[in-house]
Amino acid sequence: MGMKKALTGNYAVSYAVKLARPDVIAAYPITPQTSIVEKLSEMIENGELDSVMIRVESEHSALAACFGAAVAGARVFTATSSQGLLYMHEVVHWASRARIPMVMAIVSRTINAPWNIWPDHSDFMDQRDAGWVMSYAMDNQEALDLVLQAFKISEDPSVYLPVMVGLEGFILGHTTMPVDIPDESMVREWLGPRRQGYIIDGSTPLAVGGLTMPEDTENIFYGIQEAMNEAKKVIKEVTNEYNKLFGRKYSGLIECFHCSDAKYITISIGAWSGDLMEAVEKLRSEGYPIGSIRIRYYRPFPMEDIWEVIRSSKGVLVYDRSISFGSYGPIFTDLAGGLLTYTRNPPYVSNIVAGIAGVNVTAEDFYKLTKEFIDEVEKNGQPPGFKWVMIRR
Amino acid sequence: MGDDQEVIYVSTGRPKPPIPYNMRDVVLPGDAACPGCPIPMAWKVLSAVFGEKMILVIPACCSSVVVGTYPFHSLKTSIIHVPFASAAAVASGTAEALERRGILDVQVVAWAGDGGTADIGMASLSGAAERNNNILYIMYDNEAYMNTGIQRSSSTPLGAWTTTTPIKGKIEPKKDVAKIMIAHGVSYVATASIGYPHDFYNKLQKAKGIRGFKFIHLHAPCPIGWRFDPRYTVRIAKLAVETGLWILYEYHDGKLTISSPSRAYMDPSKRKPIEEYIKLQGRFRNITEELLSEIKRQMDANWEWIKKHM
Repeated sequence: MGMKKALTGNYAVSYAVKLARPDVIAAYPITPQTSIVEKLSEMIENGELDSVMIRVESEHSALAACFGAAVAGARVFTATSSQGLLYMHEVVHWASRARIPMVMAIVSRTINAPWNIWPDHSDFMDQRDAGWVMSYAMDNQEALDLVLQAFKISEDPSVYLPVMVGLEGFILGHTTMPVDIPDESMVREWLGPRRQGYIIDGSTPLAVGGLTMPEDTENIFYGIQEAMNEAKKVIKEVTNEYNKLFGRKYSGLIECFHCSDAKYITISIGAWSGDLMEAVEKLRSEGYPIGSIRIRYYRPFPMEDIWEVIRSSKGVLVYDRSISFGSYGPIFTDLAGGLLTYTRNPPYVSNIVAGIAGVNVTAEDFYKLTKEFIDEVEKNGQPPGFKWVMIRR
Repeated sequence: MGDDQEVIYVSTGRPKPPIPYNMRDVVLPGDAACPGCPIPMAWKVLSAVFGEKMILVIPACCSSVVVGTYPFHSLKTSIIHVPFASAAAVASGTAEALERRGILDVQVVAWAGDGGTADIGMASLSGAAERNNNILYIMYDNEAYMNTGIQRSSSTPLGAWTTTTPIKGKIEPKKDVAKIMIAHGVSYVATASIGYPHDFYNKLQKAKGIRGFKFIHLHAPCPIGWRFDPRYTVRIAKLAVETGLWILYEYHDGKLTISSPSRAYMDPSKRKPIEEYIKLQGRFRNITEELLSEIKRQMDANWEWIKKHM
């Protein structure tokens, strides 16, 4: 039977991993991810979890060991953050190009320097071109649920891509909330045995990752793009299955809030979406025709789903918690680029970058910024464009 | 290559019986190696010991090219090509997964050059050794980054020309990775040479029977990078041993033993002059008398260290 527990986001991830029962876990501790590794170590040492834990000497080796184990047929898991994820970045690509299913939790933290342990989305967004399916949680319950779904999606034969699940360090990572833990045997039955495209275990000569001519390499890249398209379907199916089995109400790639009759839409990802929804609620009560989209899966980018919501809207405001220096926030860039493949007359789209390096953005800030956006469009008949909002208190 | 062609090689050792196996079980005809490359030679010995019952984990190095371009392959065994710094870590993961799955007869072999071992791969190598993961790590040491075009590695010997030590030659001594591995307290560390396949074979056989982390440091002369005629690979390899510069030994469960090809050279009078080894190689063309005597001094110190630990 399932049970309810008060868990931090990190422990919620650990419990999800326990339910998925990977064969091999390799992880290197880094703040604010450390307590995931600690909890898993404890579960293994007290016999709750029968996984092999490889206590590696770096993040580069953590994902490398996971890769080696996964290629040999094992279900694997690792977690990391910030600098650790950057250090591991080389192997991040290796896993996706080998089409090796695996799951990694990213407990987001700002990229240094200077030293800063507070969360924004810059570490997560830095991985967007690596060929991983990328989801992001809004609360601890969702962190647990997304990790479980990640195993199912990753090991789907029409996907066979690694999956990373993001959650904000400290904001979710170290904050306790009640979390419903599904029944272990139900999860086990639902996940089924490990599935992967090929296994290198010495039973037959097989090589992966060797020197390849340009056409063959391009073919592999194209395959990843195709798998991303397939993943959109698979994510929706897996979400529906999961909802039915475990009594949740998740939507697929995006979550809509007051969208159906909205003339203005905000778009965001992660925990601060909750504060944004509060602001939207308040604006609604004041008569503003506003709704919000929360992105649950950033890769594959849910452009079709977003388009369906915003096609008849007047203005869209994208909140990014990371920046591509010299350009815009990454979600805005994806959205703006995608829009032009759908229409010659897109809605007004603006981008606000805020909350960088862990600067706190409250529901009140969102209320003010969103209201300003709507008022400006209404008054001037054009979008206010790109803004980096620095909040000083 | 000028003078060196006049040298006539005479084997001083007793004739050896043929190695009792088919070395072409795994190593197929046709590879992308340069003429005289030591890598396929070593693979044949490896193949004789493990056959298809091995998984090679290969980081960036000459071997990742030598094996051939997809879809062709010159080895009939499993290979996981991995990022440069990660061979030992990937191999650790693979070994753990095999054990978990109950596959106990397949040896995971990390096969890396001196760059991927002594330099960029050192941390992951050290980690795997400390964890005592059940892998065999073979460092084939061609004493520079040959795959990128002969740049210095920390395993390049003193005085050797490389493209990144182009005028003065390397001014630091060769990093001794076997000794570093001994310091890790692992069960088995050995040095080997491409010039002594029987000795290498025996060491692989011994490693095969040991569970946990094993390390073999294989001396592998590179005709291109060392600037010698490709037909002399084995001769150069043997000369390294006969001059006493490369010492073959085994370290097993705390006990160090000199291997038979090197045993005679414990007596300095039996050693050939190191000039004989040096002069055959273009990479030492500009070596100074001063560096030469420093090489001799370091060699003597190495012998002293080995005698002390036997």
